Amino acid sequence: MSSRRTISTARRVLAQLRHDPRTIALLLVVPAMLMTLLSWILDDANWQRYAPGLLGIFPMLVMFLVTSVATLRERTGGTLERLLSMPMSKADFVFGYALAFGVIAAVQGIIVGGLCFTVLGLSMQGPTSLVLMVAVLDGLLGTAMGLFVSAFAQTEFQAVQFMPVALLPQFLLCGLIVPTDQLPSILRFISALLPLTYAFAAMQKLAQNATVASEFWVDVVVLIGMAAGLLAAGTATLRRRTA
Amino acid sequence: MNAPAVEIAHLVVDRRGVNALNDVTLDIAAGRITGLLGPSGSGKSTLMRAIVGVQIATSGAITVLGLPAGRPELRARVGYVTQAPSVYRDLSVRENLTYFQTILGAEASDVDRVLEQADLTSVHKRLVKTLSGGQESRVSLATALLGSPELLILDEPTVGLDPVLRRDLWALFQSLADSGLTLLVSSHVMDEASRCHDLVLMRDGQLLAQGTNSDLLARTSTSDIESAFLYLVDGSAA
Repeated sequence: MSSRRTISTARRVLAQLRHDPRTIALLLVVPAMLMTLLSWILDDANWQRYAPGLLGIFPMLVMFLVTSVATLRERTGGTLERLLSMPMSKADFVFGYALAFGVIAAVQGIIVGGLCFTVLGLSMQGPTSLVLMVAVLDGLLGTAMGLFVSAFAQTEFQAVQFMPVALLPQFLLCGLIVPTDQLPSILRFISALLPLTYAFAAMQKLAQNATVASEFWVDVVVLIGMAAGLLAAGTATLRRRTA
Repeated sequence: MNAPAVEIAHLVVDRRGVNALNDVTLDIAAGRITGLLGPSGSGKSTLMRAIVGVQIATSGAITVLGLPAGRPELRARVGYVTQAPSVYRDLSVRENLTYFQTILGAEASDVDRVLEQADLTSVHKRLVKTLSGGQESRVSLATALLGSPELLILDEPTVGLDPVLRRDLWALFQSLADSGLTLLVSSHVMDEASRCHDLVLMRDGQLLAQGTNSDLLARTSTSDIESAFLYLVDGSAA
């Protein structure tokens, strides 16, 4: 692995996005628009209850979609094969993507968080910097999942269809709709295996507690561990040699 | 005579249950242009992929520049251009080349050199997706010229090019060979045979014949490679 190759890959991914202003607009504007809509339809108590969790879920959703389509393009367009026939490690490729989309997730987090905390009147007890950190981690988790599932898609059409398969069950079980401790025991067990559960729990703790307890850091560590595991699994799906 | 750049012994490749290459044994001479000729589906691309090391072989051995094919040390020494241009269509020509140049660890000045060699200097700022098909495939070719490859594997590089560009490209290949590079160039157009120093004829995953243009014509008592090919398939001159 080399930092030069990782960084130039991240810069290349960002350059591709720069040539595609419509995608940038969608990445940055859509989550802000959805949060605005949500604040409009909910009364204040419900807004304060649901918004923190969604603040963590939107980056994951968007990054999942962008990464799965982008890496699928690399796989089918021959550029991945070309890169891997050069002196480039798979980790350079994966971390390059993670770095580029991490930057996008951070900008997205700043925009959406800024909007929620000012105009939309969301109040979270915990430090804003940690809210942003969790949002970026969620974006990276989405990147990791997108990279992994792109190995199982043959077309961009299929890749997009994987989004409901991979994310909607997590959305239902993460605790946003029904708190995890009220789920039937088997679902509670499944919920504990899903990364979004920890993303949601971390945001929820930041919303409710002014002091950051060790339970929060447990959520963060599990989240990082799961994202790293998925990135490693995604790396393993890249093949230098094919049949 | 130098050691061959590529030595292939009894190569067998099965792809999804289909036999793509069947017991191919072949040497590719260093510092020369070898033309790999055969109809589409004859196994040319599979053979090239195997030499680059991205194709899993069922059995047999391939030695490239003295090392087993696919070894990490070879990645900066072998340039490979696939049939479909594998470059980023949503980046400019220069952005593509600069990115691959960084990955290869080549000199920054290399980008201008290959732009010149592939006759792309005038379009270097344009996005690849706005280029013509021929220009796009030359971006892919220019990428393979970055750094200092010793062996270039070019899969149908001249398809769809106008005759002037085709002539210029063959002149470029000749000058690269003169500077010591080994080139393996595939084509399904038999009339490109005369541009190559050595020829390899393939059909149905098998090696039909190998030799210089004049060798093959003399051996088959024919006057062009298309007839020689038919002679070798049918056992009689067409």
